[in-house]
Amino acid sequence: MSQTRAAGRIERPAAASTPSHGTPLTPATARAKPLRHSRGAVLVMVAPFAVMFAAFFIAPIVYAINDSLFSTKASGLGFGAPEKTFVLFDNYAAALGNASFRESLGRLLAFAAIEVPLMVVTAVALALLIDSASARLPRLFRVVFFIPYGVPGVIAALLWGFLYIPATSPILQILSSLGIDLNPLDTDSILFAIANIALWGFAGYNMLILIAALNAVPSELYEAAKIDGASEWAITWRIKLPLVRPSVILITVFTIIGTLQLFVEPLVLRPLTTAISSDYTPNLAAYNQSFSQGNPNLAAAMAVLVALLGFAFSFGFLRLVNRRGDRAW
Amino acid sequence: MVRTSRPIRQPLTSTLVVNGVLAIAALYFLLPILWVLVAATKSPGELFSSFGLWFTDSPQAWQNITNVFTQDGGIFTSWVLNSILYSAAGALAATVLSAACGYAIAKFPFKGRELLFSIILGGVLVPATVIALPLYFLLNAVDLTGTYWSVLLPSMVSPFGVYLARIHANAAVPDEILEAARIDGAGDLRIFGAIAARMMTPALVTIFLFQFVTIWNNYLLPLVMLSETRTFPLTLGLTLWNSQTQRDPAFYQLVVTGSALSAILLVALMIGLQRFWKADLTAGATKG
Repeated sequence: MSQTRAAGRIERPAAASTPSHGTPLTPATARAKPLRHSRGAVLVMVAPFAVMFAAFFIAPIVYAINDSLFSTKASGLGFGAPEKTFVLFDNYAAALGNASFRESLGRLLAFAAIEVPLMVVTAVALALLIDSASARLPRLFRVVFFIPYGVPGVIAALLWGFLYIPATSPILQILSSLGIDLNPLDTDSILFAIANIALWGFAGYNMLILIAALNAVPSELYEAAKIDGASEWAITWRIKLPLVRPSVILITVFTIIGTLQLFVEPLVLRPLTTAISSDYTPNLAAYNQSFSQGNPNLAAAMAVLVALLGFAFSFGFLRLVNRRGDRAW
Repeated sequence: MVRTSRPIRQPLTSTLVVNGVLAIAALYFLLPILWVLVAATKSPGELFSSFGLWFTDSPQAWQNITNVFTQDGGIFTSWVLNSILYSAAGALAATVLSAACGYAIAKFPFKGRELLFSIILGGVLVPATVIALPLYFLLNAVDLTGTYWSVLLPSMVSPFGVYLARIHANAAVPDEILEAARIDGAGDLRIFGAIAARMMTPALVTIFLFQFVTIWNNYLLPLVMLSETRTFPLTLGLTLWNSQTQRDPAFYQLVVTGSALSAILLVALMIGLQRFWKADLTAGATKG
């Protein structure tokens, strides 16, 4: 009995994961036997995560979508249970009909237009510089660039806040003594000031992903290119960049998702400037609707809109890069 | 793989330009940290009246640190311990859960496996803010809001961890070894616990560290869930102090010194664990 069981199991991985070598099995024999044997084990391994994922990821999303389709009204004089009525897309219409929410969406798009290219270009540039043959102490630089990733976004925003006001900022003090008066927290420059905080925090992390991809490139490729007379510059553009393209796409998608969640930085900088309103980003607006305006249904619609925007941008971007050239992932 | 032998001759100008740019970038990344370390030695008054990047004649770092730890009955210590508790316990549970799930997805062709994996991957793309707000109402319905669990439980789920575990189980755990263990009569759970988990150690450490930093840096979830200041993590606690600066400017120095201490804590942790950060895993993931 135990022997046939073992034999059944031996065949399975060959068919399941490496169909190219070994004797190909018919799907029926390949699947039926091992499944029967390991079903309990698979359940024990998969179920805990699946249950937690369902409870803390799927359920809130379902709840939010459901909530966004209803409206809660206090009945009568506010006594008794509030009444829930199905309103379909009324909350979405209300969100999009609200001028300040539309403004916050526009602001978020403007911010993404600044932040995403800035982040990707910086991360790629830093990774290529550290990877270049001319770099001294590449390990030291790698650690230094990565350090801000460990500083929470809230604390990063607090620190940069001090560096953005003339009373405490050494940079503004030096510039001012040179006759240049800057105010990063002005309405005109506030988005750049926020973009800088996000760049500071995450550029090193993204750079690390790219460096790992660069390290995986076989060195023979560079040797061959050098023998063919390629310059360092040509190697960078013609070999390194195309080879790390999938990683560049990965960090771009992560940056898009992260960018659209903008919440903490404006929240922390708000007391320092009049350029940031309480509904400055869609997430701030949703938070306020939920916890100070007491309208969680509208908040849910706003949150879902931000998520849809994130999906649309991520998949749009992936389609765009996958159409040009081969599929990335 | 790692190019150990660097070419000896590089044009001088290119060396100068490359290292010059790297040095400027290093200054940029270190600037806020240097500033806060210097600022933490100043009196509240000097904070706003002296040059930001240099010490004053009468540094009072020790005085400031004492103030941070004695303010509000030593609540700062609670915040540090809470942050460590949330991050360590959450990351540990997340590592075990996602390692088991990722390994099973990689090694067992069970029904609905690809669908499950796609749904989990989709979870990576969902903004945390979309989840945090409705999660408050869900946990409120079962009376969990305001408790340690309201932050701990959601922190134990890492879809990205499952993704990393699957990729790494495919790459680092050869099927031949699993077959051999099965012939020796080991059950699938024992094979995972005793053999596969050990071979996946680099991935497990990476998942742990990613999740640790994610929880440590999290702000929105505790902001939504917690109301009792004793249960706050550092991020929430420091913003609480920051919100009181309007009322009492002395809080500025508390915020600055508290930020400096928490930055030192994490920077020490990051540098100490530097060799465990295997970003290679994420890079390998995109090549498959």
